[in-house]
Amino acid sequence: MSAQVQDYVASIEEACGEEKDFIVIFRHDKKDEAISKILKKAKTEKSTSRIAYELTFKDTSIRLYGTGKAIFRQLKRKEKLNELLTELLL
Amino acid sequence: MFDPYKVREDFPILKRKINDYPIIYFDNAATSQKPKQVLDALREFYEQHNANIHRAVHTLSQEATEIYEEAHEETAKFINAQDMQETIFVRGTTEAINLIAYTWGLQNLTEQDEVLVTLMEHHSNLVPWEYLSKLKRFQVKYIDINDDGTLNYESFENAMSRKVKIVCVTHVSNVTGVINDIKKIAKTAHDYNALVLVDGAQSVPHMPVDVKDLDLDFLAFSGHKMLAPTGIGVLYGKKDLLEKIEPFHGGGEMIKKVSFETATRRSLITWNDLPWKFEAGTPNISGGIGLMFAIRYLKQAGMENVKDHEERLTEYCMKRIKECEKVKVYGPQTVASKCGIVPFGMKGLSSHDIALFCDSFGIMIRSGYHCAQPLHEKLNLSSSARASFYIYNTREEIDRFIEVLKEIEQTA
Repeated sequence: MSAQVQDYVASIEEACGEEKDFIVIFRHDKKDEAISKILKKAKTEKSTSRIAYELTFKDTSIRLYGTGKAIFRQLKRKEKLNELLTELLL
Repeated sequence: MFDPYKVREDFPILKRKINDYPIIYFDNAATSQKPKQVLDALREFYEQHNANIHRAVHTLSQEATEIYEEAHEETAKFINAQDMQETIFVRGTTEAINLIAYTWGLQNLTEQDEVLVTLMEHHSNLVPWEYLSKLKRFQVKYIDINDDGTLNYESFENAMSRKVKIVCVTHVSNVTGVINDIKKIAKTAHDYNALVLVDGAQSVPHMPVDVKDLDLDFLAFSGHKMLAPTGIGVLYGKKDLLEKIEPFHGGGEMIKKVSFETATRRSLITWNDLPWKFEAGTPNISGGIGLMFAIRYLKQAGMENVKDHEERLTEYCMKRIKECEKVKVYGPQTVASKCGIVPFGMKGLSSHDIALFCDSFGIMIRSGYHCAQPLHEKLNLSSSARASFYIYNTREEIDRFIEVLKEIEQTA
């Protein structure tokens, strides 16, 4: 992951029990900026009064939470997540 | 009289807001919050008595030693052990189980032997035995569970034989909250001359546990799940068993004497008395003291009261959660023989989504496998969300939780 993307990301958890879902937790001081950038680039399918946004980006389903956390669903490998984050955040 | 609203005043963290909502902490099976009595005790220790224990002759060391030993005595009384020699302080349940595996297990198990575990174990009571079996070539056999997550006692009876040398079983499942009949299991195991090791991580903090009444050979539990700091836990063992076991870690504190023999050019080592024989190096002194104050807090509340309170909360939650159309509770559907844990799923959402939604409303719950993958596989679950209660939780918090689940259902 590039240093610029790392600036936004506090941690990434690979969800146990789910098929290759990744939970991305954005840095607290950068979360609003990250949310704003992601919302600009991804397609919003559904939103729940700023609590969560159901998004799609390049055939990937993402649920983005207003708390600065996001689930990237069913990615085959972590490198793919890094690619998506790079495109969404930079 | 036990009053959870009064109890809450002792927990500073519960006054916090998260995402602008008052915090609702329902992740107690993972770790508990700490009362100010425990926090104050830690501060008092470091401000007034901090020194390394044993051997030193100065005042601070004597004070620290006295408090640390008192912590062992208080812990022994809490579980009705014979005395403090039967209570070894370790980092937590995981280390306690590993200690038995890598001392008693390594020293006693052979290729002809079997170790019985259950399918509902936390990984900490599976992995050490599976790993050790690769070194010692004994067999690890699994006791089955029923479709509702309860233990299949017929499977247990069928698996028992003279080959079984130890039965490793959790008292309470960390996923379903099922309480196992440990007295019955211990009786059967002892009939076959097998030992019993009980994972008490989810029972000792929540109900009275009497090692003599249950006739346990070993009991492991963690301080951090019972109001104490992280990094302190307990291994209980019957004194006659512990005396026969060679220690795990070598170093200072665990020896009585190390004398260099000139003729053989080897050191002759005499182990220290119990429990110090198993507590090599400088122990977690402040953690032990924190544990003692946590135990005092729980004793004052009354463990029967703690158990009753959690049972009532669980019953209330199980009743109200039925109002959520898309929610399914896993495991037993009644509170009989069940602790304060409610595992569930919601149609259309992953467990992590449920937990993240709850987090948006200041509600802390757990999601995933909860370190019990075989149990999830047996119950055909890809993962589960888990709400777990403790002494400071209230019915009003459950009301709010249900309200939020209903709101989440709209998005599912």
